Amino acid sequence: MNTTEKIREIAKQLLTDKKVDLVVGFAQGSLPLRSTPYFARTPEQADNLIWSATCENNLANFVRKRSDKVAVIAKGCDVRAMVALIKEGQINKDNLTIIGVPCQGMIDRKQVCEAIGCQEILEATDNGNELILKGKGFEKTLAKEDVMFVSCKTCQYNTPVIFDELIGEALPGKEANYDDIAAFEALSPAERNAYIAKEMSKCIRCYACRQACPMCYCSECFVDCGAPAWIGKGAQRVDDNALFQTVRVLHLAGRCVDCGACERACPMGIKLSLLNRKMVKDVKELYGAEAGVNLTDPPALSTHKFEDKEDFML
Amino acid sequence: MIINKNEIAGILTKLAEEYRVIAPVKKDGLVQYAAIKNGEEACLDYANTKKPGKEILFPQSEELFNYTVSAEGVRMQDNVDKEATIVFGMRPCDVKSLVLLDNVFKNDQYTDVYYLTRRANTLIVGLGCNEPASTCFCTSMACGPFAKEGSDIFLTDLGETYFIEGISDKGKELLAKLGLSAASEEQKAAAAKLQTETKADGSINIEGLAEKLGGMFEHPFWDSLHEKCLGCAACTYLCPTCHCFDIADEAKDCEGCRVRNWDACMFPLFTLHGSGHNPRPGGKARWRQRLMHKFNYFVERYNATACVGCGRCIKNCPVNLDIRQALAEVRALD
Repeated sequence: MNTTEKIREIAKQLLTDKKVDLVVGFAQGSLPLRSTPYFARTPEQADNLIWSATCENNLANFVRKRSDKVAVIAKGCDVRAMVALIKEGQINKDNLTIIGVPCQGMIDRKQVCEAIGCQEILEATDNGNELILKGKGFEKTLAKEDVMFVSCKTCQYNTPVIFDELIGEALPGKEANYDDIAAFEALSPAERNAYIAKEMSKCIRCYACRQACPMCYCSECFVDCGAPAWIGKGAQRVDDNALFQTVRVLHLAGRCVDCGACERACPMGIKLSLLNRKMVKDVKELYGAEAGVNLTDPPALSTHKFEDKEDFML
Repeated sequence: MIINKNEIAGILTKLAEEYRVIAPVKKDGLVQYAAIKNGEEACLDYANTKKPGKEILFPQSEELFNYTVSAEGVRMQDNVDKEATIVFGMRPCDVKSLVLLDNVFKNDQYTDVYYLTRRANTLIVGLGCNEPASTCFCTSMACGPFAKEGSDIFLTDLGETYFIEGISDKGKELLAKLGLSAASEEQKAAAAKLQTETKADGSINIEGLAEKLGGMFEHPFWDSLHEKCLGCAACTYLCPTCHCFDIADEAKDCEGCRVRNWDACMFPLFTLHGSGHNPRPGGKARWRQRLMHKFNYFVERYNATACVGCGRCIKNCPVNLDIRQALAEVRALD
């Protein structure tokens, strides 16, 4: 039985037995290389659930603040987000059933686009390690690992850290890899500034990054506040766009689970995970903490210990 | 008339001496409209620009006027943009969107001097689509890959050459100045064949849709449509016909400006009242508004659907909420 079949079977059973009111997972999307979040409420609807290397969205977004009993089909990063949200009182663990799926990484359509000269893909087949892409007058085979999201390439938690049921075999964890951030840190301040300014000049302030982020749930975002207006509302000023991201990243310090949902959602292709991952790396180095890796550690910036480093104090 | 593709860059460079020339250009991996000085920058081999053509007449952020306050009183300076502009190589869906937006910015209740001044000073060179993308459904939306409505000049790609037609008087005048050669009968026939035979997904039938939606305000359909929506505004900001905006004053000390920024019905803040009440409190009401505005309210008010079938909302939605499927579901309802 493949992963999709197992997901359907478990979902169907949970719904038939009325153990849950809803199963949140993925259904086939309307475009090649696309899945879409799906909400199954009946055993029949469970037949629409699928699993593939295109299930890129972080489903933790859809289980926050729910009063019904929910099961969720979750990858490693989704579960990390849910663990962090449980600790922040945003998810009631008693009402949540996690059907964990060890994840080998999701396909980044932007990288696929670049690899095939951005020709239109009309048909995509996944044969395990490779993607076979067909369009008008072309057929191309790509190795999946070459076109994975950066966040997937560096993911250390492919297997969900907690689950009620795990589908398939657990995958070995990977070593931490912050080479991309180290390269960024090695740039001069002027170069870093120029890089960020270039990325931020693309921003259209659609807030897809914020909305896709499972940890971004302030009841009022500072950018939406009109009195006082903390920030210019337009997208024409690169500094304001950068300020928005800076504050977002700071609000996520010690909370970001490095899932990459922000970058995946950005329609303009802004490299947002760089900023978030820089903060993730800093928090790890300064506090030895990672968000959402277990249910016991308190969030890094919500606690203090006597042995905390104080080298930032004068 | 006819023009060799390799002559285009030279002509654009020359036109840029006299006009502001805006064309699609490839920048940072995205195709976007930008003012160019050198015709070589223009990228006419593209399916759709990332941001829609509306931003040329209705910029995402626009300083309407500046003001200073002093002991003598208040001084104001408007920023109406009067620069003569040529938009070169705009796809028919984006051109059609401007025809639709004209209704919004000039009607019996309101005349928008900023938009209309730009409109009057802008000449549009449309470019037909030989190969519409699979996400394009313009043929279903009273538009089409070779729809000429709104273009002053229209280009049809014949491979090595473009077949050029003057559509409006303004367009014909400019063409007369360029002194191009006449097209052969063969070229005319090739262009006519492309123009009549090219279609972009005609599977969405909007006949009777507005009336049907009119009776659906309380339908349970809306309860689930929005469920996977994240509530971002990628669909609206990248939509060529969405036109909601907010106005803010940005001031420092005694100087300031009034800015018009794009806003979106997908944001809760868009309808939040000063009292704290929000008449569209959740995704359900907001998605209903978005669909109804495009396919019912706009039709009632201006007798046209506020969608041109460009497919940007489909391609760019972070959760693949496909408006074609939503419309098909509406049609399938009893």
